[in-house]
Amino acid sequence: MNLSKILKNVFLVVIFGLIVTACATKKSVKTTTESSTTTTKAAETQKADPIEKLDALMQGDVYIGSDTVGELASGVPDRVFFATNETILTTASRETLRKQAAWLRQNSDVTVVVEGHADERGTREYNLALGERRANAAKDYLMTYGVSSDRIKVLSYGKERPVDSGSNPLSWSKNRRSVTVKAN
Amino acid sequence: MKKNLFLIILFYVFLKPSISFSLVEIDITRGNLDPMPISVSPFFSDKITDENIKENLNIENLGLEISKIIENNLEKTGLFDAIEKEAFLQKPDIAHLKPRFEDWALIKSQVLITGKVTSKIINEKDYINIEFKLWDVLGAKMVDGFSLTTTPRSWRRVGHKISDKVYERLTGESGYFDTRIIYVAEEGPKTQRIKKLALMDQDGFNTKYITLGSELVLTPRFNPANDKEITYMSYFRNMPRVYIVNLQTGEQKVVGDFRGMTFAPRFSPDGKKLIMSLAKDGNSEIWVRNLETNIQEKLTDHPSIDTSPSYSPDGKFITFNSDRSGYQQIYVMRSDGSKVKRISFGKGIYGTPVWSPRGDLIAFTKLHKKKFFIGVMRTDGTGERLLTENFYQEAPSWSPNGRIIIFYRETKTDDKGQGFSAKLWSIDLTGYNERLVSTETDASDPSWSSLLGN
Repeated sequence: MNLSKILKNVFLVVIFGLIVTACATKKSVKTTTESSTTTTKAAETQKADPIEKLDALMQGDVYIGSDTVGELASGVPDRVFFATNETILTTASRETLRKQAAWLRQNSDVTVVVEGHADERGTREYNLALGERRANAAKDYLMTYGVSSDRIKVLSYGKERPVDSGSNPLSWSKNRRSVTVKAN
Repeated sequence: MKKNLFLIILFYVFLKPSISFSLVEIDITRGNLDPMPISVSPFFSDKITDENIKENLNIENLGLEISKIIENNLEKTGLFDAIEKEAFLQKPDIAHLKPRFEDWALIKSQVLITGKVTSKIINEKDYINIEFKLWDVLGAKMVDGFSLTTTPRSWRRVGHKISDKVYERLTGESGYFDTRIIYVAEEGPKTQRIKKLALMDQDGFNTKYITLGSELVLTPRFNPANDKEITYMSYFRNMPRVYIVNLQTGEQKVVGDFRGMTFAPRFSPDGKKLIMSLAKDGNSEIWVRNLETNIQEKLTDHPSIDTSPSYSPDGKFITFNSDRSGYQQIYVMRSDGSKVKRISFGKGIYGTPVWSPRGDLIAFTKLHKKKFFIGVMRTDGTGERLLTENFYQEAPSWSPNGRIIIFYRETKTDDKGQGFSAKLWSIDLTGYNERLVSTETDASDPSWSSLLGN
């Protein structure tokens, strides 16, 4: 499912209030490379509205909305999101982690646990490893910005603790995450 | 778990027929669309036995219950069709002495099973003796049978042992009924599942919960060399680690002293080693720990995710999955970690390889075009065969005779995120006979024991 480097079809289920519109849309998606973290895409569609709505929530298949996002501290988001099977940090993720690092540098008595999570579309054991890899990607970035490693523990939950119980691409994108949680 | 201690087989007499070869035989290597009609007569017992059993077990007609266990086991194989007992023309006691074969042929039965239950007191303790005979109706002769004595509370296991004997005699394969399944019992909403280790007889009876649900537990697996021992992964104290549990004593211990998450454990076929993954600093490698010497050793050395290891039955090889090619695929290596070779090359991603107890096949989970499959391939990766397709399913585990695969399946939730369930399913190696395995709660991560010892 490492689809990020190739063209792919994305089937998106869009929900508007009480009216549920299932809309299968063919999208051409070109996503990140190791050096570039910006995601570009060209979407061909007749139905502009649903796509705009989803564009506000997902970029490629990385969640960019704010639903489920909590705070590590005031103005500091607690989580970052990942593409399917990926551990690469997006531009938005890096910005969030820099905010976390800045706050942690100012509050040097705080220790944290970075929890790594995967969506339900993978085998349990592989997802445990993937969650650990994601949590470490976030941890490494925090360390780069001056947080010492002994203040950061990682804990992978694999696919065991989804925040969204849906079985659709949007729900899965919210579940592919690492969450920085205060440990003391 | 103390139940096993009570199963004291005092004598195990085989009632060998004079002619050893039977006319009735079943070929189970193909999907069987024409099940063999079979009659399981209620086992008969005398009045004193009935009274003793009522007192001991609170069961009115133990002989009938035992015959139902056998019927249920044999029917679930898909190879046999049990004839309704109302159709039987001959009484159980007379049939057991000497069946009138014409009466059984008349109701189209090819095979007849009869038996007798007798209560016994040995050294002031209650026991039951159970005798069983297997008859070839068309050949008009007895083809197998035995008699065994055990404690009353082990009565279900006697039903399973008889089922195993019948299955072995008629198919030529070893049985799998006197076995247990360890699994993860699940409850609660999808976002906060409560998971417990649970143990049950292969037919869903005698469920026991091994943990309380206070911490997350995953992937229990039997020791193939010791059915009283399992390994699993627990989040006890938020430290995800591999444990070994003695089911008889309840004693459990963490395996090794690793700085990092250990997961995906499996025993070696001789039970003397444990293979697992260690995730540390964003990388998962496969390790082996010798449980006798406590020496542990890293087997893989690659920046990719290497996990889900499983030994070949001779212990010489290990299959595992790795995403070193960019996608999750199946690999085989020597058990010392050398000669790593990729074996899965089909379209899609492949995971959870599990070596068949017969050694010739590897069962796996495959994801292709948004569907999950359980399949088998030869150990060199050729001959891929997909047995079942669904929204989500994984974690195959083999029956001890290598004929059946048990796995778990999860349902898709609706637009409101409702309707999630996880259940155990089984399917024949042939791809036929897919069945829901009944469990008291939702269930996942099944592992099948070897045939139970005494």
